[in-house]
Amino acid sequence: MPKRTDIKSILLIGSGPIVIGQACEFDYSGTQALKALKEEGYRVILVNSNPATIMTDPEFADRTYIEPITADIAEKIIAKERPEALLPTLGGQTALNLAIDLAEKGILDRYGVEMIGAQLASIKMAEDRDLFKEAMKRAGLDLPRSGYARNVRDALRIQKRLNFPLIIRASRTLGGSGGNFAYGPEDFKEVVHTGLSISPVHEVLIEESVLGWKEFELEVMRDHKDNVVIICSIENFDPMGVHTGDSITVAPAQTLTDKEYQIMRDAALRVIREIGVDTGGSNIQFAVNPRDGRMVVIEMNPRVSRSSALASKATGFPIAKIAAKLAVGYTLDEIRNDITRETPACFEPTIDYVVVKIPRFTFEKFPQAKDLLTPQMKSVGEAMAIGRTFKESLQKAMRSLETGSFGFEPKVDLSAANREESLKIVREKLNQPNAQRLWYLGDAYRLGLTTEEIYQLSAIDSWFLEKVREIIAADDEIAASKGKLDDLGANTLRRWKQMGFADARIAKLIESSEAEVRQTRKDEGVEAVFNSVDTCGAEFQAFTPYLYSTYEGEDESKPTGRKKIMILGGGPNRIGQGIEFDYCCVHAAFALKEEGCETIMVNCNPETVSTDYDTSDKLYFEPLTMEEVMNIVDREKPDGVIVQFGGQTPLKLALPLERAGVPIVGTSPDSIDLAEDRERFAELLKRLGIKQPDNGMARSYDEAFKIAERLGYPVLVRPSYVLGGRAMQIVYDGDALRNYMMHAVLASPEHPVLIDKFLDDAIEVDVDALGDGEEYVVGGIMEHIERAGVHSGDSACSLPPKSIGQEIQHEIRRHTIALAKALNVRGLMNVQFAVQGENVYVLEVNPRASRTVPFVSKAIGVPLAKIAACIMVGKKLKELGLSHEIVPKHISVKEAVFPFNKFPGVDTLLGPEMKSTGEVMGIDSSFGIAFAKAQLGSGMRLPMNGRVFISVRNEDKSSVAPIAKKLHSAGFEIVATRGTAAYCDALGIPAEVVKKIQEGSPNIGDQIKNGEVAMVINTPEDARSHADSYYIRRCALDYQVPYFTTIAGAEAAAEGIEYLKQREFEVKALQDYSAPPLP
Amino acid sequence: MKAILALADGRTFEGSGFGAEGEAVGEVVFNTSMTGYQEILTDPSYEGQLVAMTYPEIGNVGVNPEDIESRKPFVKGFIVKDYTVRPSNWRAAKSLHEYMQENGIVGIQGIDTRSLVRHLRDYGSQEGIISTLSSDSAELVAKAKASPGLVGQDLVQNVTCSAAYDWHQGLWESGVGYRQRDSSTEISQSRRGKRGKFATPKFFVVAYDYGIKLNILRNLAEAGCRVKVVPAATAAEEVLAMNPDGIFLSNGPGDPEAVPYAKENVEKLIGKRPIFGICLGHQIMGLALGGRTYKLKFGHHGGNQPVMDLTTRKVEITAQNHGFAVDAESLKGAVEVTHVNLNDNTVEGLVHRELPIFSVQYHPESSPGPHDANYLFRRFTETMAKHRS
Repeated sequence: MPKRTDIKSILLIGSGPIVIGQACEFDYSGTQALKALKEEGYRVILVNSNPATIMTDPEFADRTYIEPITADIAEKIIAKERPEALLPTLGGQTALNLAIDLAEKGILDRYGVEMIGAQLASIKMAEDRDLFKEAMKRAGLDLPRSGYARNVRDALRIQKRLNFPLIIRASRTLGGSGGNFAYGPEDFKEVVHTGLSISPVHEVLIEESVLGWKEFELEVMRDHKDNVVIICSIENFDPMGVHTGDSITVAPAQTLTDKEYQIMRDAALRVIREIGVDTGGSNIQFAVNPRDGRMVVIEMNPRVSRSSALASKATGFPIAKIAAKLAVGYTLDEIRNDITRETPACFEPTIDYVVVKIPRFTFEKFPQAKDLLTPQMKSVGEAMAIGRTFKESLQKAMRSLETGSFGFEPKVDLSAANREESLKIVREKLNQPNAQRLWYLGDAYRLGLTTEEIYQLSAIDSWFLEKVREIIAADDEIAASKGKLDDLGANTLRRWKQMGFADARIAKLIESSEAEVRQTRKDEGVEAVFNSVDTCGAEFQAFTPYLYSTYEGEDESKPTGRKKIMILGGGPNRIGQGIEFDYCCVHAAFALKEEGCETIMVNCNPETVSTDYDTSDKLYFEPLTMEEVMNIVDREKPDGVIVQFGGQTPLKLALPLERAGVPIVGTSPDSIDLAEDRERFAELLKRLGIKQPDNGMARSYDEAFKIAERLGYPVLVRPSYVLGGRAMQIVYDGDALRNYMMHAVLASPEHPVLIDKFLDDAIEVDVDALGDGEEYVVGGIMEHIERAGVHSGDSACSLPPKSIGQEIQHEIRRHTIALAKALNVRGLMNVQFAVQGENVYVLEVNPRASRTVPFVSKAIGVPLAKIAACIMVGKKLKELGLSHEIVPKHISVKEAVFPFNKFPGVDTLLGPEMKSTGEVMGIDSSFGIAFAKAQLGSGMRLPMNGRVFISVRNEDKSSVAPIAKKLHSAGFEIVATRGTAAYCDALGIPAEVVKKIQEGSPNIGDQIKNGEVAMVINTPEDARSHADSYYIRRCALDYQVPYFTTIAGAEAAAEGIEYLKQREFEVKALQDYSAPPLP
Repeated sequence: MKAILALADGRTFEGSGFGAEGEAVGEVVFNTSMTGYQEILTDPSYEGQLVAMTYPEIGNVGVNPEDIESRKPFVKGFIVKDYTVRPSNWRAAKSLHEYMQENGIVGIQGIDTRSLVRHLRDYGSQEGIISTLSSDSAELVAKAKASPGLVGQDLVQNVTCSAAYDWHQGLWESGVGYRQRDSSTEISQSRRGKRGKFATPKFFVVAYDYGIKLNILRNLAEAGCRVKVVPAATAAEEVLAMNPDGIFLSNGPGDPEAVPYAKENVEKLIGKRPIFGICLGHQIMGLALGGRTYKLKFGHHGGNQPVMDLTTRKVEITAQNHGFAVDAESLKGAVEVTHVNLNDNTVEGLVHRELPIFSVQYHPESSPGPHDANYLFRRFTETMAKHRS
């Protein structure tokens, strides 16, 4: 049946900010859906609060609302736009939850909006564990035994009829929040309580544990004619017990016979039919008992998911795009397979390679959290690799992670003397799933454990273990070839390369250099070739150049003679490097395509829009290592390579690539280096007459104290060799400095510690600018809400600035342009300033795309990254139509979103080390409402009445007073700890005294838990009297009470509340803000 | 152990041997199934062929005593990218290597199977040789060239059973194995009925064994058929004398035109009893109804082929394994095309306009492959029910 003509406009819901469990895969799926729906001529309305997405670019939807994803806001949009249909299955759990909300509140009915893709009943059946279980029973499918509880008493009743270990899952949360094991009655109650408190509906599922069973997933598509196909099977390397988002996963399934696989396939078909997902993609998880093959259904997502993105990239089958077309009435047989062109989309992809995904963790950002893996997802990103064999893919995926690993580097001391100790560590690491377990498997073999022993400890299927064993055996073989590189010959080298060994790893093992290994193998004719991802195992010709490297006989890359620009992507998402950089890379690809260049994308992150084969002319799905990038360069011989858009990952390659003679376009690697090299940079600032905070470089423990004395406390300390605010701290006195120098870093001549005078109470400012070598234009000036000392990525900010005077703004502009000129910027540049009183200091300059580029682009209505890409290939700002800074009339506020709820016990305090995973944007004509929208978008609804708890350190008392006053006159009751209360009282603001935690019950913690507190304002005491305020912040987080840990944040909140008392939120499409002057 | 695969057109691949040592000559075909290599090895339709798997990791689940499609493996040579030495599966009884060694199947691994597949796709299926004995490529190419090929060869006689036998086994069930007949269960309950059991038969079917896959018999049994399997050359009169409710024409290897006796017998059976044919059985039916068959460039071998049932317009994902096809044009008049392949629009199913006769080119019994099309066995029993005197 052709597409539906009874609907003309469709509302699509995005997934909001990037959080753990919901990352850029939904930008990928949403963008595909928007393109597909527009192609079919529908008018599409989009709501998504995340400005860093491609989908929210104004050209993708007809009407783009960067607004909070809540029912009240969505209702306003529906009332304004009157869509006939709502497509809820492409924006993750967020979209699904909103759709349920809209339906249950009667809003969809009121405006006559039809849900397409999946009906409310189906979504609820899949989401509600009870209904799901009933449905599975009807379909004759086996499930783990379980029961459902709303309180601890019910939970205990259920527990009696099941055997430990049990798994307790909270209902309706993202990424498995609140799922945990109880091994006995002792921990059972506590785990249940946590689950109940995390669940938005206060429900937990208590379930027979299938811990250690094999875990599988099938990606299923269905059309309204009931054609059903399986796109991809996925087998988890980590058995049940680890959230699938945190598991290493492999496609296709490896350890099922056809009989077992077909039974699973039949079950998947029955599941999707019973649940009744009308059209589109679903993801169904199964567990299989490795002893007898008993298969149980674990869960299903009645929507496109992270696994769908992985399956799309793994097979070349664009699930989201097809799902969108099915939702408007097409059937699978009516849609062509883009890759083969001749065959229909109604088939099951078959692949002739192996895909491995490894999650990327950032436990180092949360020192209080253990790096153990549980059913609650904790990873922030993932890398995927494609190779002809599992061994090749696995090792490629390991180096794609960019954690400094190039293979199975040992984690423990392997010397005979320490064998027992190491064995103990390894056994423990194998037994408790953790972020490094894969590497410990290698050590286990090196220490002589057998596959059987390792299986007993880890429950990882022996098929995978055996492959690791073979890699370790080859590791030993390579190490034994020390000094014999020249005699190895082509066959041996090729065999190692086919097993996925990196040149760098071989070099390390034989104590040679990467360059030498590379040259030797190239001399022997051992070179990478590129195979196509073609959905069909080469049965049909592929037309879409989606490629991966391997060491086989034939190359399918077919380089053209066109002008080619290669764009290096950002690799796996992590804190500090996320979707913003992918956004920039995608823009570069779009812009350069328009400029007539052939665009070549290199990236290894399966969640992204950049790795959609539609984004660039050619896609190389490869690790972003020197070796792999050079392989592509050797083959394609690009006219230019862009390294400035993908964040630190490609930037690190800039100098080595340039040295290898690769043409880097845009700002020169030397300028990038100049900005990063402290001494060179200080000299430059001096020459330009720009201030920078006093600083010094300590090469020893004693030197650090001397410098700190000279600068005066507080000082900002950080190691010189890490980026992104890692291990950065503000120290207020000698004791704290001693502590830092002893525990956090080891200063040495090779690794000095950098010490900056910390500018107390300064306002931080971020500036994005563009330059073409002749002209320089400021893109946007952003004033941070949080004071200096909070990482720029974690601070909320306002564009245009909220409080900085015109004169200071002019000085900032002058400095920015001077720096851009001096660095000869061709493309993007970001400068961070600190404004202390009348003084403007430069903190940092980065002559590359920054995290704020998408936000600024949306705020000013100009696609900065596109313009920058055009500049890089020789265009001028004038030609591109951007000759002056655009200062919008409306206010845009960016707010960061944090993963604290996934890390129990971690403090929520902000500091110089970045911790946020994503961002949202609020736009309005007033700052207060824009800020309130940003808060709402980040999940914090500012209260309109109730009790506000205030507890601030002494220094903040004077500044909190006006806030308290404002809130009091807005009708709030103020509660405060004794000191703050007395201070308020003295100023005539009535404040009720509440006990501190140590003062006994009932204290502020109890009040928060009882829901008696509407908002918390709490600024931290110094480190030693931390415990109390930590507990308060954690309570506020756990019980979802809006909280502010900085005076500036509280001030902005008070202003927002004040405005909201006067008028409601209004919604306005991006297209209605002042029209952009550019294409 | 070094091994060489040489194709008749001169292309050679060097890898290492596994399974039996020696030489195997035959037509080289590729199969795109990602699971089910044991079923493929034991499928008699592969008689005389060397099979290359497009999926690179093979041997993962070893070999077990259950997943067999006939009395022994028929694939002559096996070509894979990466062979797993130590399998992992709860049913694995031995490694693929041991199994191939015991059964004299020569294997080659470590070759670029994707290049091989692209070559076969572009230049067509052809004769080839796997050798672990000779490293003289030119000599091996010559041997491949000298091989007669499938066209015109009666391979059915190599694989058919020597004497008639009765069939009793049902489909495989996890945790149970093959299901057994249960006289207390009615057919209507048997679909999801008792664990490990299936119903008493209601129909008597004689199945011609041109190289029959056991899963066809298992499906027929579960659909309610008592099945007698007869050798390929059994005379039509003999079959009719058994007074079956229906006749089944099985799959089998090679060129349908090379088994004229099969076609002649089927001609005599047309109109006498309901007939259902699969694969070679379908082609023989096509010939018996006056049609023509032709050889495809590289055939269909895999488990992901989309077939549309033209009567319902629904698509089923099917298992396929054939190098020849029925020419639709040649069949005008008496028969109607019921199923087509959506990839290349070839004929996948036929039904006679008047008589209770139908057939499909693909494998509704799957094994390996999806179960989407097993409704056809029910269609056969329904047809028999309608025509039972």
